[in-house]
Amino acid sequence: MKVTIDNLTKKFGDVVGVEDLTLHIDDGEFVAFLGPSGCGKTTTLLTLAGIYKPTAGVISFGERIVNQVQPKDRNIGMVFQSYALYPHMTVFQNIAYPLKLKRVAKNIQHERVQQVANVMGIGNLLDRRPGQLSGGQQQRVALGRALVKEPDVLLFDEPLSNLDARLRLTMRGEIKHLQKDLGITSIYVTHDQVEAMTMADRIAVMMGGHLQAFDSPDELYSRPKTQFVAGFVGNPPMNFVSVDVSRSNGAFIAQADSLRLEIGQERGEAPAGYDGAVVMGIRPEDIQISGAGDIAGEIFIVEPLGREDLIDVRVGQHSFLLLASTETQYQTGEQVKLRFDMEKVQFFDPQTEKSILWQQ
Amino acid sequence: MSASQFASASQVQAKRSRRNALRSYLGAYGFMAPAGVLVVIFFLIPVAIILYLSVTNLASSNFTSDLAKMEYIGLRNYETLLNDQFARKIFFNTIFYVLFTLSIFNVSLALIVSLLTTHIDRGAGFVFRALWILPRITSPVVYILIWKRMMAEAPFGILNQFNDWLGTPTYNYIATNPWVFVVVVNGFIGLSFGMIIFTSAIESIPKDLLNASLVDGSSKLQRIRYVILPLIRWPLLFVFTYQTLSLLTSFVEIQLLTDGGPGLYRTEVWSLTAYHRALSNYFGNAQWGYGSAFAVLLVLIGVVLAVIYMRVFRFDELVAEPRVETL
Ligand SMILES: Nc1ncnc2c1ncn2[C@@H]1O[C@H](COP(=O)(O)OP(=O)(O)OP(=O)(O)O)[C@@H](O)[C@H]1O
Ligand SMILES: [Mg+2]
Repeated sequence: MKVTIDNLTKKFGDVVGVEDLTLHIDDGEFVAFLGPSGCGKTTTLLTLAGIYKPTAGVISFGERIVNQVQPKDRNIGMVFQSYALYPHMTVFQNIAYPLKLKRVAKNIQHERVQQVANVMGIGNLLDRRPGQLSGGQQQRVALGRALVKEPDVLLFDEPLSNLDARLRLTMRGEIKHLQKDLGITSIYVTHDQVEAMTMADRIAVMMGGHLQAFDSPDELYSRPKTQFVAGFVGNPPMNFVSVDVSRSNGAFIAQADSLRLEIGQERGEAPAGYDGAVVMGIRPEDIQISGAGDIAGEIFIVEPLGREDLIDVRVGQHSFLLLASTETQYQTGEQVKLRFDMEKVQFFDPQTEKSILWQQ
Repeated sequence: MSASQFASASQVQAKRSRRNALRSYLGAYGFMAPAGVLVVIFFLIPVAIILYLSVTNLASSNFTSDLAKMEYIGLRNYETLLNDQFARKIFFNTIFYVLFTLSIFNVSLALIVSLLTTHIDRGAGFVFRALWILPRITSPVVYILIWKRMMAEAPFGILNQFNDWLGTPTYNYIATNPWVFVVVVNGFIGLSFGMIIFTSAIESIPKDLLNASLVDGSSKLQRIRYVILPLIRWPLLFVFTYQTLSLLTSFVEIQLLTDGGPGLYRTEVWSLTAYHRALSNYFGNAQWGYGSAFAVLLVLIGVVLAVIYMRVFRFDELVAEPRVETL
């Protein structure tokens, strides 16, 4: 089912939950809402579910405008961060609840619940109460309850944030797999960008109740349209430095004090047209420590991450985070040469924080 | 290490663990002590006193400063009571009063008011609940006076004033329907207790759970039936039990409203009889001993009911064992 959100605004008195949100989600698509705490993700989700009435704007499921439709008539499934299992019901009753409300015949209820429970790997727990389950098992029950009624739209509100890292990884894969199998349009709220990047077809990045970007993970990563998106997506975060870009002898030069970098035409032309400083962004993985490098720096901190080291290098008074293989043991205070991959740098307007390279 | 050393070590250990157990018991009793003292002073001692009084003939007619003259008369008071031609009527009056006030107001309407006020705008819900609390926080004398002035016979009562203007016949409302008023007047007070407990129980249900039910496809009514009511089972049973017992012993409002009348014992309830016999007899003779016999039977009924409720509703199962064991 296609989900269309047009100019959606939801306010609580004077508090803005979400403002002027426009998103068109395709049938069968897996969309993640990504953003820091309090940015309006849950508000948007509950408005889609029909728990909140929009203050303004239009929500449609398929061709049907659902603004005034009660939650029960929207045929949605939802998984809550707290799981929200009914504590007085057994696992079976929890999963069967949506079917019971739909007045599905008893024997079919049994069949469907058993089937869903088997898919979720909780077929042997049907007699237990939620209080007698582990967090991961509760999570599966919640998922089963959302799926059992074969919803048109699935809503997830940070469903994995209460699980341990390992289980999160497993469930991530399972949910994605299930979603692709069933082809149910899904909206997945998270503040974990790895979750969003790995699971979603497209990611809606939100901040302060506003949509910052809506793009595929790849696009967001390599062509961020705002400085916020560039800084929010990717871990460790992008390095930002204020530079002057100028054209000299047909080449483009980004300069900040002693730091002097040559940029190719493709990325250099647009920022060169700017008066004054612009913000240059470069990801940690696009900076290498290499004898062939032309920028001299001094190692400030080395943080071992296991697979690689996160290194903070000072160049003049600028500081850059970069990743280096653990094979070479770098020491604090060591002098190194850096190579910047200038084919991958980003430029942002310091006032509007919009990308200079990728206009909306 | 030799065997004897082992033995003594384990003895020391046993002693220590016994001392620890004792200490933890002392802690537990320490925490229970304040409630225990109150129960002793305000329940056990009075019960003992009326138990004693109920087997004497103490009354204002034979009262002298010489307490030694008070006569032990065995179970004669109870005998008189059982042969009292009105005791039966008063007993059934009490059941009628408790049953109707409890089921209509203290539980059902209390539940309906809390459900309604938690399903509307929060502020409005609060205002409605505040209004319902007024009867309880108004002094009983003032509260009953308001009812009496509203319902009084012509030309005093407010309702009868309207009847007058409209030309409809006037009524002496309370005198013609005393039971309706006894139940309603008490119910308006009793309702707020359940209302407060039910409301706080409903509001403490996690929002996610309530939202989940709607998303799962329930209407608001189905959500009440399948989610809210099961989750407030404990408060429901508690209010039912607690209010039965407090209605059994309440009589002030009835005393002020009808004083057990009109006529002979029309709305007299057991606790009011105990009061009438012991402390305010028409004939100027306060029969302290006889009144105590009524009171003793009331205590007995209350205790038996409490035990039955605890068994039937299995209160011990409703209260979950704490997860934290000995600290
Ligand atoms: N029922 C409500 N009444 C008033 N304000 C609310 C309500 N629900 C949310 N808000 C406000 O709306 C804003 C967005 O909240 P929302 O719960 O949507 O954030 P979120 O993105 O889900 O955050 P988190 O990641 O912490 O869950 C916040 O400023 C919040 O305080
Ligand atoms: Mg949230």
